[in-house]
Amino acid sequence: MRRQTGTWAVASAILLAGLAPAAAVEVTSAVLRVDYQTLLPISRYDLKPDDLGFAGAALADEDNSTTGRFLGHNYETRTLSVPPEAAAEAAVELVAGGAPYVVVIANGPDIAAIADAVAGAGGIVLNAGAADNSLRGAECRENLLHIAPSNDMRADAVAQFAMWKKWPRWVLVEGSNPADQELGQSYERAARKFGAKVVETRTFEDTGGTRRTDSGHVLVQRQLPTFMQDLPRHDVVMSADNSDYFAAYLPYHLWDPRPVMGSAGLRPVTFHPAHEAWGATQFHTRFEDLTGRYVHEEDYEVWLALRVIGEAVTRTSSNDPAVLRDYILSDDFELAAFKGQKVTFRDWNGQMRQPILLFDDHITVSVSPQDGFLHQISPLDTLGQDRAESACAAFD
Amino acid sequence: MKPLLLTTALVMAATSVAANRAFVSNERGNTVTVIDTETWQVETEFFAGNRPRGITVSPDGTLLYVCASDDDQVKVFSTETFEELYSLPSGPDPELFTLHPSGNPLYIANEDDNLVTVTDTESHTVLAEIPVGVEPEGMAISPDTKFVINTSETTNMAHFISTEDYEIKHNILVDQRPRYAEYTPDGKRLFVSSEIGGTVSVIDIADDGTPTLNKKIGFEVAGVLPEWLQPVGVKVTSDGSRIFVALGPANRVAVIDGDTLEVLDYILVGQRVWQMAFTPDGAHLMTTNGNSNDITVIDVAKEKAIQSIQVGQQPWGVVVTPN
Repeated sequence: MRRQTGTWAVASAILLAGLAPAAAVEVTSAVLRVDYQTLLPISRYDLKPDDLGFAGAALADEDNSTTGRFLGHNYETRTLSVPPEAAAEAAVELVAGGAPYVVVIANGPDIAAIADAVAGAGGIVLNAGAADNSLRGAECRENLLHIAPSNDMRADAVAQFAMWKKWPRWVLVEGSNPADQELGQSYERAARKFGAKVVETRTFEDTGGTRRTDSGHVLVQRQLPTFMQDLPRHDVVMSADNSDYFAAYLPYHLWDPRPVMGSAGLRPVTFHPAHEAWGATQFHTRFEDLTGRYVHEEDYEVWLALRVIGEAVTRTSSNDPAVLRDYILSDDFELAAFKGQKVTFRDWNGQMRQPILLFDDHITVSVSPQDGFLHQISPLDTLGQDRAESACAAFD
Repeated sequence: MKPLLLTTALVMAATSVAANRAFVSNERGNTVTVIDTETWQVETEFFAGNRPRGITVSPDGTLLYVCASDDDQVKVFSTETFEELYSLPSGPDPELFTLHPSGNPLYIANEDDNLVTVTDTESHTVLAEIPVGVEPEGMAISPDTKFVINTSETTNMAHFISTEDYEIKHNILVDQRPRYAEYTPDGKRLFVSSEIGGTVSVIDIADDGTPTLNKKIGFEVAGVLPEWLQPVGVKVTSDGSRIFVALGPANRVAVIDGDTLEVLDYILVGQRVWQMAFTPDGAHLMTTNGNSNDITVIDVAKEKAIQSIQVGQQPWGVVVTPN
């Protein structure tokens, strides 16, 4: 541990006691991670650490507590991983046990079920990880806020960059699972929105084959080029593979030499360990000191979710979920997130507005929204569903 | 005031009737660029440690202090020979600091460790470590030297630290990512810039030092996205009549009326304008422009940019030797 954490915290708490407001504010949150039976990722680099998400919570607790000690606000975050069938009940218990703010890492349907399960008890769920467009649209929930960007937002971020590059002719390769198909639709939508043309769409069937074997690359090297043969003239290959079973193989295995974007090649991410701009290096230094590893997107999104709660507590001096929710959705809310501009929330569907990093697995290549994509409210609203097209009614 | 050629400048330096020199820390280049403020010519550039950011000079003008952030120390150079004389313990990742007007001690923000370190510049020892908010950055000392101000970027506060007992006496919440703090010369006001919030908080200081948030100044430039109006460096003229605010990626310095607190004008400068320093006569203001790797010189009376000077890679801070 770093030297100041224990002793200084105590010492300063004593020093500052005289400054704090009389009534302390206790803020208890939870991180609930639903663990699924999954296949190994294509790349070992994508193996998930045991403390995925929880590490982000540990840093957020430190950050919030450091600020809170000046104001008499105390933060505690409980972390819990459960199998899918136990998720809703676990969330209910967390809220009943005094943790009304539950950051959830789970798939879309499970997050919706969790949000519904805790709604009656006043629980607020913060989505870290699920990209389903429907959760921001017709399936939105009044007590569900989205830290994670939607499939539409990610696709729009990539699309803007392709258009900025003047690469408007796309081939779309999508997976055959529902999550891949939805992402594929997001790229189709992005093409219409920004004036690109999907010259051909191909589906790469998930036949359940081995993903990672000693000879895997031999087969891939022979099969993928033929799969990508005979395409109309195109500038770029957009890949939609939320299931992580084929996109990582696409770069260098196409028939025509073209850049790959989307689920491989140039990927839209909320954060990555090489991101340095806008003070992000400081985030990494703190995170790596605390956890001994690089940050994952889920860690960042959990950190950001808990910072949203912390910032709302700091500004309102309240721990009432209804008060905090109102403040978070108001025009007064703003938060720095190492993205070069403040992040805020869309008050029509609970989605966080945020820049999206375009990452080539080595450096930040670019950040969307791109220059020249304008919007009457915020350039960030050029990413994802805008107010006028939203099917969400729960926030009216 | 001064004969101008480089050779004479060096000779004169030894007799301390020296020309004024500006020193610019180049964050990516790991160097300090030396500029003659009479001719605006670059004299030289020297290695200054890894990731040099905060930079200041001793009141007598002889010592140059540089936060070598990635070396976890403050390096001390001669302002005449540019030799590294020694280094001071600073705590990890020193970013910005403020020097007591007497020349001792130095108050240093340790960005990674949520601390302000107080370092004795004579005995080269650490006098105190003060826990502050997350990512401490901006540092200032009140003209009466009773308070040191630290701004913490993620906690979003200005902390008022007593220079007597090193305890925090007041905290003022400001907008997102406070970067820099600057008092008026009479000590009655403190300005705190919030980079991501896009505002400068105006904090009134009572006679006993108690701060009260007065207002927040916002910025607006036609044709520039509001998101890019990111206040960083702040400087107040010696008579308090003008406040200059560097607006980062907006590539402009805002000019604010010290009485009405209204923004009067925006001066176009280099790209990603960061920190600033006046020449001792107050006639010129120098800005560091991190993305165009240059310095803009502003004529303070005319409120116009008059010259740019190429420096090292990613200039961050600037300081000018006193008369």
